[in-house]
Amino acid sequence: MVEFALPKNSKITGGKTWPKPAGATETREFKVYRWNPDDGKNPGIDTYHIDINDCGPMVLDGLIWIKNHIDPTLTFRRSCREGVCGSCAMNIDGQNTLACTKSMHDVKEGAVKVNPLPHQPVVKDLVPDLTNFYAQYASIEPWLKTTSPTPQKEWRQSHEDREKLDGLYECILCACCSTSCPSYWWNSDRFLGPAALLQATRWVKDSRDEATGERLDNLEDPFRLYRCHTIMNCAKACPKGLNPSEAIAELKLKLVERQI
Amino acid sequence: MALSIVHRATGIALYFGTLLLAWWLIAVASGPGAYANVQAFTGSIIGKLIVFGYTWALMHHLLSGLRHLVWDLGYGFKASEREALTWAALIGGISLTVLVWIVYAFGAGK
Repeated sequence: MVEFALPKNSKITGGKTWPKPAGATETREFKVYRWNPDDGKNPGIDTYHIDINDCGPMVLDGLIWIKNHIDPTLTFRRSCREGVCGSCAMNIDGQNTLACTKSMHDVKEGAVKVNPLPHQPVVKDLVPDLTNFYAQYASIEPWLKTTSPTPQKEWRQSHEDREKLDGLYECILCACCSTSCPSYWWNSDRFLGPAALLQATRWVKDSRDEATGERLDNLEDPFRLYRCHTIMNCAKACPKGLNPSEAIAELKLKLVERQI
Repeated sequence: MALSIVHRATGIALYFGTLLLAWWLIAVASGPGAYANVQAFTGSIIGKLIVFGYTWALMHHLLSGLRHLVWDLGYGFKASEREALTWAALIGGISLTVLVWIVYAFGAGK
């Protein structure tokens, strides 16, 4: 349901300011959301200063530098460090994006503010609990469904049909889009959210898939699909430059077209 | 997101504006006494401000609604198109409102 304020135990109170690194000539300030499930305290914002001459340019480099040089308890997810895996999605300077592809120097003024993805339960520090997000992805059954006999070799697809999946197959499920969507913040128990719907479009448009009707039946629901009100935060947030709102509009059109 | 919120806010404002319109229509049907009451209100500074606001809510909601129609038809999703449509609805709504009131001012002066 609609929530305008944080629950009491999620209110941000205080935070620690860590000493500047000794001997550093140029530093950059990082303000990072911290919450430890074990100490019973409310979340806080810790302030760090990183030595930018000893650190890579990306926000993720900064976080790793903090973990290595200042505070080893800082917790965040990361893996590929090149925008392919989607692990390090977080809210940087007010925008959901990938810490590994966002340069700290693109944050123009003041501190680099780093928070976990909005409106998700926090596991620890910058790690959100995405259980519901993944369950919604599973609910759209993201695999090829066929009834015809399996061919001897692979399922063939023309170049033209393959091109229809461009702008959809690139999604890395980082959750930047879904967690930027007000409809998803407020109805994530029933609304599938932009990421799962973009993936649903990817399978609806796949020329080899033979369950299109069934897929559309599952989407035709006031909440699962139609909680999308074309707010477009998803398209603005996507670090891969994809457009979930356009994919969702295509789904809505397909649902209308099959009635005619 | 901001303009999505404005679209909703103007939509809510239209409910109250429609009540105003209903009041006016009922007054027209009721007779000169009732109509004079409405005129006294709409002629006052506050009344004029409210009617001006209603005009803007109507114009903005209309254009913003057309913007949503374009999107529902599957067009205008590129970042540049998206921004252009949004700005067009905002600026267009204000311009149309001012235009309506200029026409009204000159019409009333005759």
